[in-house]
Amino acid sequence: MLEDLGTIFIASALINNFVFSRYLGLCIFFGVSKKMETAVGMSMTFTAVMVISAALSWLVYNLVMLPAGLGFLKIVVFIGIVAGFVQGADTVLKKINPTLYHKLGIYLVLITTNCIILAVPVISSDEKYNFMQAITLGLGSGAGFSLALIIMASIRERLELANVPKPFQGMPIAFIVTGLIALAFLGFSGLITV
Amino acid sequence: MDEKQPNLYNLIKNGIFSENPVFKLALSLCPAVAVTTTVKNGFLMGVAVLFVMTMVNITVSIFKDFINPKVRIPAYILIIALYVSMTDMVMAAYARSAYKEMGLYIQLIVVFAIIISRAELFASKNKVIPSAVDGIGMGLGFLFALVLVGAVRELIGKGSLLGYSIFGGDAVLIMVLPTGGFFAIGLLMGLFNWIEDKYFGGMSSPGGGHGH
Repeated sequence: MLEDLGTIFIASALINNFVFSRYLGLCIFFGVSKKMETAVGMSMTFTAVMVISAALSWLVYNLVMLPAGLGFLKIVVFIGIVAGFVQGADTVLKKINPTLYHKLGIYLVLITTNCIILAVPVISSDEKYNFMQAITLGLGSGAGFSLALIIMASIRERLELANVPKPFQGMPIAFIVTGLIALAFLGFSGLITV
Repeated sequence: MDEKQPNLYNLIKNGIFSENPVFKLALSLCPAVAVTTTVKNGFLMGVAVLFVMTMVNITVSIFKDFINPKVRIPAYILIIALYVSMTDMVMAAYARSAYKEMGLYIQLIVVFAIIISRAELFASKNKVIPSAVDGIGMGLGFLFALVLVGAVRELIGKGSLLGYSIFGGDAVLIMVLPTGGFFAIGLLMGLFNWIEDKYFGGMSSPGGGHGH
């Protein structure tokens, strides 16, 4: 059981890293990886939202939707859950911890319509994970995304100073750098045999 | 057509060239990298997006007067989710082998920034026909980008095009791996910027990088 969870964690964080091998959350990835500070704040928010939305949507999917035979509505329901939860977190955080709210505020709202957050419940329902496995998937994906974001932010801070040919400035060079990191991440693929 | 309405031809042109969702606006990149290992996958994905985008734009512009501005974003998301579910089920039924590879990304069309941003920026302010045309133009731009990236990757990575072998034998495997997707898009974006810089003078911002 525990080994199983470990496998899911490692697989989702390193081997099937959301950014480098599943290509999810790219827009956020390129958008916020310009500064280290925002990257760290963003990755913490993401991990938390991912774990909680994985848990919530597992509960709704397995306890309500499947027994009622409503599995085909999962896209609509999952996005509703995520959006609802993020809105709720936004409101609660504003009241309870205004400092943290001001640090994370913008990102929280951005998260709602992000593919990476929606992907966690979709994958865990496709793979028919149990509750603990779903949470581990959320945690692992969050860790993997944070890792990717922080690596990228540290590279891009230096990239600012580099002399990049004009047509490649901005996004194009960021893509090429990501390609190189993805190449390095390929090395993880032999880590465990599933 | 009254003069306030944007020119339909320009709308299509905008979507394909000057506001190309992938190369210019840098929106909805995830699927652009994910499914474009072959031309066929890129094409199917592009068609799915084209359909969803056009239908969403039409629906939003029909119902724009009935949707309270305060709840417009959730309303748009629900409309998008409706059409995505339809596409998802149709693909699952009729394109089984492709669906196995890209099913996840079809379901994720629901959170494509490009669709919601067109609904918000265009369809909510315009009449039905321009909205439909805008959806078609943007969708075609997306389709074009996906097919182009798919063609580059399939040609270099597998040595074939649309499944027909061209180079035969030795191909650069790396291009069909995740890495290759990033390289291909990075290089194509650079190429687009270079062409624009060289032939059309002045470069618009090289890829926005905002949105999600």
